[in-house]
Amino acid sequence: MLTGLNDNELISKVLSGDQQAYAGLVNRYQNYVFTLALRFTKNREDAEEVSQDIFIKAYRALADFRGQSKFSTWLYTIVNTTCITFLRKKRLEVHSLDNEKVFEVADSLDSGMRANQIEQKSRLAMVNKAISMLNTDDAGVLTLFYKGEQTLEEIAKILGIEANTAKVRLHRARTRLKEKMETYFAEEIKDLH
Amino acid sequence: MNKQQTTEDRLWEYIDGVSSADEKTVIEQLLSTNAEWKAKYHELMEVQQMLQSSELEAPSMRFTKNVMEEIAKLQIAPATRNYINKNIIRGIGAFFITIMVGFIVYGFGQIDWAASSDSNTVLPVDLTKVDFSKMFNNTWVNAFMMINVVLGLFLLDRYLANKRKKYREEI
Repeated sequence: MLTGLNDNELISKVLSGDQQAYAGLVNRYQNYVFTLALRFTKNREDAEEVSQDIFIKAYRALADFRGQSKFSTWLYTIVNTTCITFLRKKRLEVHSLDNEKVFEVADSLDSGMRANQIEQKSRLAMVNKAISMLNTDDAGVLTLFYKGEQTLEEIAKILGIEANTAKVRLHRARTRLKEKMETYFAEEIKDLH
Repeated sequence: MNKQQTTEDRLWEYIDGVSSADEKTVIEQLLSTNAEWKAKYHELMEVQQMLQSSELEAPSMRFTKNVMEEIAKLQIAPATRNYINKNIIRGIGAFFITIMVGFIVYGFGQIDWAASSDSNTVLPVDLTKVDFSKMFNNTWVNAFMMINVVLGLFLLDRYLANKRKKYREEI
């Protein structure tokens, strides 16, 4: 019933006291939010905890959403700030990992991917694994652009940067992803052709 | 920026659909005539398709239920635009500007400009001539303090009026 309503209709319902309507928004955006959180935390348990925190924060601040931007853009702004705060608290290393360590970390990232050899060979798993090897800035911008359906202007707004800087970051992220794939998945790419 | 980077940047802009009409025409022409550009385009398109087909990660099955259980204990906070009164912000701004302007005017009033001509100091004024003891013992300072007290009372009145209004609304 809630799935037929658009974001603004669901928000209006929530603001007028129908708390259950918020489940519609959570269902719609949980995968986007979780994926973005995972890009930052590199750990499923932490990503789940952070995602939950993000939706709770968004609910508390829902009256501040003025509808001047897309709800997703507003929500991703909360994702960005919450993840940065989380990383600061955990004092995690957020910058690029050196290449020797990349495989160790990537291997421990997603046990689901390791569990299935066939899946590991697949193109999708390979892309996800390559993205997880990138630094959080690059992985975040790629996820926002390709999966979060955000334009460069919207990404700029979420990250608090200029649109031109967002464009440069996106180009840089794609180049680095290509390099990672060529370095670590050359055999798999050959098999797929 | 090397040649390859420029080619890639131009091709990415073309793929993203943000190239200008003229640039688009130029790139289409290059793609039909230049084998190097064509190969690079196919290479980038492969990355583009992979990224488009990448999948989102999913949280646990109980995720929505967990969030809903948490928010059941909470209430939506009132919009910040409702409780931040712009007049109060302006009043605070006016208060500080008045303080600063008052001190500057008073400071200049204390300077003995005539003494500066025969002074050997780097500053064009003789700071020893400034009489700080009179700072809080003259008509101008008293008037300035009075304005600040009035502004302070005005701010307090606005704050209490807002509180009273909110209380009535709740009743």
